[in-house]
Order: sequence, then structure tokens, then C-alpha cells
Amino acid sequence: MAGNGMRPAGTTGTGVPTSSTTVAGRALALGRAELTLLLRNKSALYITLLMPVFMVYAMRSGTKNLDLEATGLSVKEVTMTGAFGYVLLFVVYYHLMSAYTARREELVLKRLRTGETGDAEILAGAALPSAAIALAQCVLLVVAGSVWLDMPAPARPDLLLVGVLLGIVLLAALAAASTALARTSESAQLAAMPLAMVSMLGSGMFWPLAAMPEALARFCEVLPMTPVVELMRTGWLGGASTAEILGRLGAALVWVIVGVFAVRRWFRWEPRR
Amino acid sequence: MDFGASVIEVSGLRRRYGQSGDGGFEAVRGVSFTVRRGELFALLGTNGAGKTSTVELLEGLARPTEGRVRVLGHDPYEERRAVRPRIGVMLQEGGFPSELTVAETVTMWAGCTTGARPVGEALALVQLTDRRDVRIKQLSGGERRRLDLALALLGRPEVLFLDEPTTGLDPEARHMTWELVRALRDEGTTVLLTTHYLEEAEALADRLAIMREGRIVAGGTPAEVIGGYPARIRFAMPDGWFVGDLPPLAALGVLRHEEGAGRIELQTKELQRTLTGLLVWAREKDIELDGLDARTASLEEAFLAIAGTTAGRGE
Repeated sequence: MAGNGMRPAGTTGTGVPTSSTTVAGRALALGRAELTLLLRNKSALYITLLMPVFMVYAMRSGTKNLDLEATGLSVKEVTMTGAFGYVLLFVVYYHLMSAYTARREELVLKRLRTGETGDAEILAGAALPSAAIALAQCVLLVVAGSVWLDMPAPARPDLLLVGVLLGIVLLAALAAASTALARTSESAQLAAMPLAMVSMLGSGMFWPLAAMPEALARFCEVLPMTPVVELMRTGWLGGASTAEILGRLGAALVWVIVGVFAVRRWFRWEPRR
Repeated sequence: MDFGASVIEVSGLRRRYGQSGDGGFEAVRGVSFTVRRGELFALLGTNGAGKTSTVELLEGLARPTEGRVRVLGHDPYEERRAVRPRIGVMLQEGGFPSELTVAETVTMWAGCTTGARPVGEALALVQLTDRRDVRIKQLSGGERRRLDLALALLGRPEVLFLDEPTTGLDPEARHMTWELVRALRDEGTTVLLTTHYLEEAEALADRLAIMREGRIVAGGTPAEVIGGYPARIRFAMPDGWFVGDLPPLAALGVLRHEEGAGRIELQTKELQRTLTGLLVWAREKDIELDGLDARTASLEEAFLAIAGTTAGRGE
């Protein structure tokens, strides 16, 4: 914030000295309202809280039928680390695409833009509840895995955290960009399907790239979610060289930049007339 | 304080939608005006005249295609952070999440507003106190407008932009809004409002501008804008009497007369002189002027003449 909170005394109101709002304060105010809305929306709650769990259960059988020898990983390890991807997809991407679209169609975004909150802050503030829930679910996954499923503690917790955070930013940006395809929050859920399907099948969530045919793996490497899924998997299980890690970090960053660019280019703040 | 200084300065403003050339549409076509500190300025016009397109540029929601806007000395689009904490905005059509309550909505907005009033005070201003725990989706259209106004006033703004603030309000709520806007103006708030209710502009505005097809076609104080238009006297004469029987009209100060459907209309800039002459004549002749109606020009007449509605003035 520029220091323009002071107003000339005696011009309006009570002349009470005021302190400017902060980025964090504004984002928290929006995030709190968005959390209230999420808690009042049963289908959104179902998707954000239960879908990732359901997906872990459903996709586990898919992983079981794969030949995982080339990966050196067990079914359990693939499933539990792939679950981070489901969390990002359903809690962040799926939910936010529907929420952003609903706010746009209700003219909430347009109204917010007349205030002090910047464009990026509006989108980030609305994403706060999703980000918090996604983080909590990732922590739960690690706790559940290491306490009940005899999995090791994360080998590189720093990498795991970086992967989750990059993933949250990336999928929030992709959600915002994808709202250009939807007119209602219902059609947003349909419009979210292509990226969701492609990511689930191709980004290594239940089918690790190392177990894919060479040509397919090459292609799947450049899908948007692949670098963050690989980073999170390495973060928990270790086993990647520094070069591989840096490559994935770079690829994830490129996708974040592409996502932010797409938002700037295509995001609409008011409904199409 | 530089009271009287310009708070809003607009010069050569243009706004085009769509591509340049024949494909686009130019909604604002070279608009210039200034609003001084503490003034209430009304922008009038028929639907599609370019009022909202203009106001959105002043609010910094879009960048003008051409021209210059300054609000409190800043470019409202480029220097949004400097301007926004000092202005309040009520859009023609803004929205709130339908599942939030009134109080939750104000709380959210207060978190994003420098120097926000307490929630209770904001709701009391617009008389929504007893609706504080009602969800937005259950509010009437008028209640939503009042909530919108409460948010515009939340940060005690120096400059208030109100785009059709009373559309959809019942008469009581409209008068409440007028009182509130007057009180704010009296405290020194600069107000720019658009409206298509002429009595609203007449009741509130210190100065006004009338827009038509993206341009300002008349402006000034309400008295100045109305001043250019004649007063009117209407009446019917008994059977057997005709316009030709009246005293010489030019001597009475009549500029124009019209006859139709058994009624006569005289237009004059000297209402008292014309009316006196007419009534003295009627007493001398001992005749009754049926349905006698004399009125000075109102903003409505000026507006209809200037804004050029297709319907014209009736007769």
C-alpha cells in the first residue's frame, strides 16, 4: 500500500485518523467470507473434503494392475503420493473454478474491483480457504501414511512443501484462467473436466511416468501438473538426482508463469452480456 | 484546504468498445467537465447516453480510449492505490455473494476498506439494522441498493460515485437516500451521481450535465439549464371564443402558441406578465378559462427538449 490513508482533516466524516488496510488484511477478509460460503455449500464441501479420499480409494485398484517394477515404488507409495495430485485437483482447481465463476456471475468480482483490493489480491483472497484445506489434507496424508501405513517420514519435507505450494498457485491460476470457458458455476464443473482427466491419467498420479512407455512418458512430462506431482513424490520418497529436481522445479515454475499469463490474458471480471 | 478546487477533472474523454474502426462502438465521445470540492454533480441522460461508461472511467474501472481523467489529482486507473481509499463507489449493478448475510457482507467489505465505519453504524445509515442477519438472496431489490450504498459510504469517502442510486427504490427509501446524500454533501463530501429521475437531479444537484449519444449537450446549475426554456400556460376557452379573440399575444410576452384538442398553450419567458394580461382580459370579458394551468419550465421540459427523446413533448 502507498501511504495514502491520511485524508485532509475536516473534509468528511469524523476526521478520525485512519490506518491503511494491508494486503494480508484484505485477503483475510475475503478469505473469511469465501470460507463461510464454502461451509454453506454442501456440494462444494463434498467435493473438497471427500473427493480426494474417494479418488485415492478408486485409483488404487488402477495402480495395482500396473507393472511398477521400473519405478521401484510400491502400490501404496504411488497411491499415497499421487493423492497430493487429487487434493490439488479437487480442492484447488475444481472448487476454485466453480467459485470464481459464481462470483463473476453474481457481479461480486466487479463490485470488489471498485474497492481498494488489487486484482491479484481478490483472486488470492478467494483462494485462501482452498489453499488452507489443501495444505491440511496434504499434512493428513503424510501423517496417515507414516503412522498407519508404515511409510517413511518425508525424505525432503522442503521439496514436498515447495511442490504443494507451487501446485496450489498453479492450480488456482489455471482455475481462474479456465473460468473463461464457463458461464455458470455448474458449467464450470463440466469445463473443469478436460484438465482434470488429462492430469489424473497423464501426470503420474496413479500411473507413474517411469512405468509408462517411453514415448508416452515424454509427452506426459510436459503436462501442467506433472512437475508438481513429481516434486511432491520426490519430497516424500526421495530418490531423484539434483538435476532431476532442478528440472522439475524449473518446469513447475514455467507452468506457474504460463498460468499467471493466461489469467491476465483471459480472465473476465464481469459476465459476458 | 483548497475548498472550491476541482476534485474531478475530465477533459476530452472518449471510450470505445470493441475494435477501432466501424466494428466498435464509441459510447463516450469527447466529454469534459469538472466537479469542485463539496459539490453534488449530476450526470443525466437517457439509457444508452454514456453515463455509466463515463462514470466507470472516473472510478478507474477501465482505461479511457482517449482523454484525461483526474480524481483528487490522480489518474484513477493508473494510480488506483492512491485514489481508491479516498473514494466510495456504488455501481449501477454490483453484486454480493447470495449466501452471505448482510452483516457478513459489510464485515468483508470493511476488511478491505481504509478507515471503515463499524458494521452497525453502516447498517444504521441505510436503515438495514433489522436485516443484518438476513441472507443477501432474501433481500428485495431496494434493500440491495441500500446495502450497496452502505458499502460505498463505509470508508467515509471524500468523493462518492453513485450510479443510479435510487433505481428500484420505493418513494420512502428514495427520500431516505436523498436525505443521506444531502447530509454527506453538507459534511463536505463531493458527490457525482447519475440518474434518469429528473426530480432527483433537480432536488439534489448543485450542477448537472445532460448527456446524449456520448456527449454533454447542456450543463450548469439546474436554474441555468432550465433558464433557457419558456414557461407554459394552458387553458381551454368557452365555446365561441378563439385564439384570435385574445389580446395581441406579442404584447403579453408570448413567444409561441399552440392549439390542439380544444386547449391552448402559450409559451413565455415572462410568466407573471403574460398570466396577468391573460387573467385581466378574462375578467373583463367575464369568461372562465377552463383547466387553467401555469408553470415555470422544469428540468423535465429542458431535459426532453435537450436529450431529444423520440416522443418529443406530446402535442
